[in-house]
Amino acid sequence: MVKPVTMPQLGESVTEGTIVRWLKAEGDEVEADEPLCEVDTDKVNAEIPSPFAGRIERLMVSEGTTVDVGTEIVRMAVAGETGEGEEPAAEEAPAEEASEGEGVAAGASSREWPVAGSVAQPVAQPVTGGDGRGERTAPRVGGGAGGGNGRAAASAEELKLGRSSPVVRRLAAEHGVEISSIPGTGTGGRVTKKDIEGHVGARDEYFPPGVREEREAFAASPEPETASPREATSEAPAERVAVHGGDRVVELSGIRRAIANRMSTSKREAPHAWSMVEVDVTALAALRARERGSFAEREGVRLTYLPFVVKAVAESLKEHPVLNSVWDGDRIVLRKRINIGVAVDLEEGALIVPVIKDADELNITGLARRIDDLVMRARGKRLDTGDVSGGTFTVNNPGALGSVVSTPIINHPQAAILSTEAAVKRPVVVEDPAGDAIAIRSMMNLEVSFDHRVLDGGAALRFLNAVKARLEDADGRDVV
Amino acid sequence: MTTKSLLQAIHDGLAGEMRADETVMVLGEDVGRAGGVFRVTEGLQEEFGEYRVMDTPLAESLIAGAAIGLSVNGMRPVAEIQFADFIPPAFDQIVSEAARFYYRSGGAYYVPITVRVPYGVVPGGALYHSQSVEAWFCNTPGLKVVAPTYPADAEGLLRSAIRDPNPVVFFEHKRCYRLLKEEVPEGGAVVPVGKARIHRAGTDLTVVSYGFVLHQALEVAEKLSTEHGVEAEVVEPLTLYPLDRGTIVDSAKKTGKVLVASEANLTGSVSAEIAAVVAREAFEWLDAPVMRLGAPDVPTAPFAKPLLESFMPGAEKIEAALLELARY
Repeated sequence: MVKPVTMPQLGESVTEGTIVRWLKAEGDEVEADEPLCEVDTDKVNAEIPSPFAGRIERLMVSEGTTVDVGTEIVRMAVAGETGEGEEPAAEEAPAEEASEGEGVAAGASSREWPVAGSVAQPVAQPVTGGDGRGERTAPRVGGGAGGGNGRAAASAEELKLGRSSPVVRRLAAEHGVEISSIPGTGTGGRVTKKDIEGHVGARDEYFPPGVREEREAFAASPEPETASPREATSEAPAERVAVHGGDRVVELSGIRRAIANRMSTSKREAPHAWSMVEVDVTALAALRARERGSFAEREGVRLTYLPFVVKAVAESLKEHPVLNSVWDGDRIVLRKRINIGVAVDLEEGALIVPVIKDADELNITGLARRIDDLVMRARGKRLDTGDVSGGTFTVNNPGALGSVVSTPIINHPQAAILSTEAAVKRPVVVEDPAGDAIAIRSMMNLEVSFDHRVLDGGAALRFLNAVKARLEDADGRDVV
Repeated sequence: MTTKSLLQAIHDGLAGEMRADETVMVLGEDVGRAGGVFRVTEGLQEEFGEYRVMDTPLAESLIAGAAIGLSVNGMRPVAEIQFADFIPPAFDQIVSEAARFYYRSGGAYYVPITVRVPYGVVPGGALYHSQSVEAWFCNTPGLKVVAPTYPADAEGLLRSAIRDPNPVVFFEHKRCYRLLKEEVPEGGAVVPVGKARIHRAGTDLTVVSYGFVLHQALEVAEKLSTEHGVEAEVVEPLTLYPLDRGTIVDSAKKTGKVLVASEANLTGSVSAEIAAVVAREAFEWLDAPVMRLGAPDVPTAPFAKPLLESFMPGAEKIEAALLELARY
């Protein structure tokens, strides 16, 4: 392969050198450190030793010519070495350059970036206008002198009230705590480290130390068969999986990371229990088939099963408020408002749960419209934080994708989540006073995963059956 | 145990080391016959003679330069710069020569000098008797910079500084010389260079401070404890360069709120370095922005008392800053 030899730097302030005389000719074999040429600079005259052994392929510079430090002067054929590609391997010159670049950071950076002194001064003068770039950097670099307009100060105050400190964010993530759910005692109601520690402390007192350690050990266990898969923590693991040729490594997107953290927090914190009932939605299916066309025409949105499910859930939550609650360490908070989150699959590896606020106040039409609006905005990435916060219960709708059974993970810290599956026609036994018969009915599975700390199977099933009864009872009064 | 002032402790540390090691000597302006302007070296010339306790001309470059020359010839000189404000003429010798002699000579010569530097604000000190110049030396690899505040630490650190093979700049706060007294172990314990000290444990916030401001901060910490139930942890770096980052960062992580206070000019101060270390290494533990208190960036401490009070980061400012942090 061919390696270049470059003009070395022969002194701190030397930037160029003149080749006085070549000591080797093209085609000569040279040893490492054998002189190649004599060079004259304004500080020294020196022989340039060859940085490595090889055969001179070409002398790039004629005698008497002055070239800059770093310029290629000789091209050498070197035996045996491969793979050092683009980087010119003339060891001396680049090494010196590199060390200069590292040592004198300001000097090196001045080539591309303004050094502090050269920018800070102009900034103190009135902003010279011009391109947006100058204006943007001005207040930052200038510090007190340049950027002291009231707006910046006001927004810092706003940020202070709206944002949590690093430690609060970290503790909230570690303990799976919703910061907004904690009453803050700091300036302007900010949640402080003490607030969050107090909150977590009160919660953890509920667990005897042994249980807690066990839970932590369980959560921290790297064994794949535990419920703590590596990606769950979304931190770089100590030991990585082997990556083989052709594998593709995908860094976590923000939303993927958030999902990973939320899901593992939920699985770690909440002991999940699960129950399922079968719902005969034959009447609902018929109603939907009958009304679908005119509904779409009249309301401008499709009539799916989901608004019926959400309505049945909202009404049933009113009767069974324990499902509409939050585990809070040493107590349970029963939510008054019924804000139902609806899981929306975004296809590109993301899931988002926009919330229908006060779902109990809406009829089927209102719910259908609201759901359609949220789904459209979710897919268009036009949801704002208000749309995705404040949920008290979640409805998951894998049925839309053809699922017939699923075991959803609770949307932490809520107490429960309901899954609604695809309505499929099945032969079922229909009881009739005249005698049982096998009939073709539209059947739908409904499941609920619930936090067993908050409630037990009885409560969960009473709720599920209430939803089931409402769906089986559908008479369509809301729609027509 | 004997109760000593800071002044007596430094005197005893010097005398003790001179008795233990005949290569230890003292040189500076008025350190011999007069016993030093603050009386730190009183009686030393009588005991050790004028070759080991040497009066020099008013030439700080000579004091530092002679000390360096003596040190590479086997002595362990303790040079006194009468006031920190007068150290600039010696700066070149300390920074260009003492700090780098070992490196320049490829390890052939080391420079075990100690440069004692009384510093800090005293009322009426103004231009030439007030400055806190420690940061100048905390950007100079090859030097060690220590600034103890209390007598026992000072005596112990002085012993370490004298025995240290590197040049050590030893800052003594003038205001504390006679003000601070405490029990000091007989014979003097050795306090290691490079180790910070936690004066007061606390859980709510951390104050990192040194010099007279440290003394005030400790008083404020007690007040906050009784009046507000706020428990401040007070950390004294003792060695300003290289910093004991571990102790400081551990405390910052523990409390999540940090104030760094000294009476040096704020910009480019040791406080700035401490704040940067905390911001970087304890970021995920912080519950409030790292705060600093120091003197404004003006050329001197003022003569006028009201101006001087405004210049100094006094107890009131410390208390206000700590309360703001506590509430944050």
